[in-house]
Formats: sequence, C-alpha cells, structure tokens
Amino acid sequence: MESRSIALEHEHDIVVARGEVRRMAAALGFGLLDQTRLATVASELARNVVKYAGRGRLIAQPVVDAGGRQGLRLVFEDSGPGIRDLAAAMRDGFSTGGGLGQGLPGSRRLVHEFQIESTPERGTRVAVVRWR
Amino acid sequence: MDGAQRIPILKVGRVLVVPIQVDMDDQTVIGLQERILAELERTRARGVLIDISLLEMVDSFIGRMLSDIAAMARIMDARTVVVGMRPAVAITLVELGLELRGVETVLNVDEGIRLLRDELDGRGDEADEALGEGLFGEPIHRA
Repeated sequence: MESRSIALEHEHDIVVARGEVRRMAAALGFGLLDQTRLATVASELARNVVKYAGRGRLIAQPVVDAGGRQGLRLVFEDSGPGIRDLAAAMRDGFSTGGGLGQGLPGSRRLVHEFQIESTPERGTRVAVVRWR
Repeated sequence: MDGAQRIPILKVGRVLVVPIQVDMDDQTVIGLQERILAELERTRARGVLIDISLLEMVDSFIGRMLSDIAAMARIMDARTVVVGMRPAVAITLVELGLELRGVETVLNVDEGIRLLRDELDGRGDEADEALGEGLFGEPIHRA
C-alpha cells in the first residue's frame, strides 16, 4: 500500500483525514478498536494543524518493523506558530485554544510511538506509529 | 458545502430525538448544539436523546459537544441521554482521557427512552399534568 498525503487546510479536511486513516488502517488489517484509535488520533492532530497553524499536511504511511510487524505511521506537519511550551502542551488539561487540552496527551496514549518537534515561529511536526 | 450537513432533530412527545448518522465536521457539531438548544427552548422538551450508534469515532471536539449539551439542557430542566456508543468508541474515549462529564449513556434507544420516561414519571410533573400528556404525548390517566 502506498503512502498518502492529505492537505489540512479547511475544517472539512479533518473529516477527510480521519476517514482516510480509518480506511488505510482497515486495509492494513488493524482491528476495529485500533481503527478507531487511529481515526481518533488523526482527528485530534489534524485539528491542531488546522486550528493553530491554519494549514499543513498529514502523511499516512504503512510501515513494517524488523520483525515483520505491520504498522501505520502518521506524520502531521505545519509551518505554523509552533508550540512555545511543549512540556505544558503534553500535560492533560493544558490548552491555549479553548479546547479540553486532551489533544496531545490523549493522542499519545492511543499510539505506541509518539514524537513531537516544534520550533516557535517555524512550525510543528508530530509523528505517531501504531503497530498491529 | 461543509456547513450543509443537517442532522435531523425529531420531536417525539416531549423528547428531542437526535439521530447522528454522518461523520460531522466541526461546524456541523457547533450548529447541531445550537439547534438542539433552540429546539429545547421552542418546544419545552424535557429530554434529549442523542443516538450515536452510527458514529465510528468520538474525538475530544464531539465529546465536548455532548458534555456541553447535557450541561445546558440541565439548566433548561431537560435530561440528556446518549445512546448506542460503540465499544471501540467508548474504550478510545477513556484512553483519550475524556470523561463526558454529566452525560448519561445507555446501550440502545429502548433503554434511553425508558430512562427518560422513568425520570419524568418519577417527578410527578405538574406541567405534564397541566398539558394532559406524558413524555411521548400520551394522555395522562389519573387514578
């Protein structure tokens, strides 16, 4: 299966992103619960891009580890304002956007690997992987 | 157009029934919340039954809407029940850290109706009696 790049520019792209991630996860053999986890992560992180950066993209990429285990990697990239205090942003309940503050810390609990890099005024990149 | 998704709000007796059958974008979520509150005020409904059995995912945005509707409905003296949450959705919500504070959930529409009916019957509601009808518009027979 090929990687997919999805533009995140409008609110409706959040719906497109989670639908496409769910379809890919299903096609890769993920069960219903994992499909739901991945779609939810896609929705949370895609919303962050649209809401805070205005635009960016999601790259959804099937991956296989050394042991042959199938996974799905999701990379969210934007050139937005970045996150000033990453440690705070990763805490439950912290929000600068009037949300519930569950987006980042909650998403981390739904995946096996979670990496975030952010530079103020340069942008943010969040990469997650869930293995089957 | 994105904003054109329209979720039906059905008035059944004194309950608003909201079957969510499409994956909603954020504007639709906000619009639905506003419409439910406007309908509550207009119809003076006493219960809101939101069916999410077709929703494949509830993220923090939709979760927040459900909590907010329940909180606002309570202020307007109406009870909110969310029915049909899929097991995978429930597990994911817990892992995400969402409590859905103040939201009552039941497995299916039958149980939701029973819950709302019991609640309202138990109040001995004067307004219901004045209207001469119960939760679902049925005539109230006095003993």
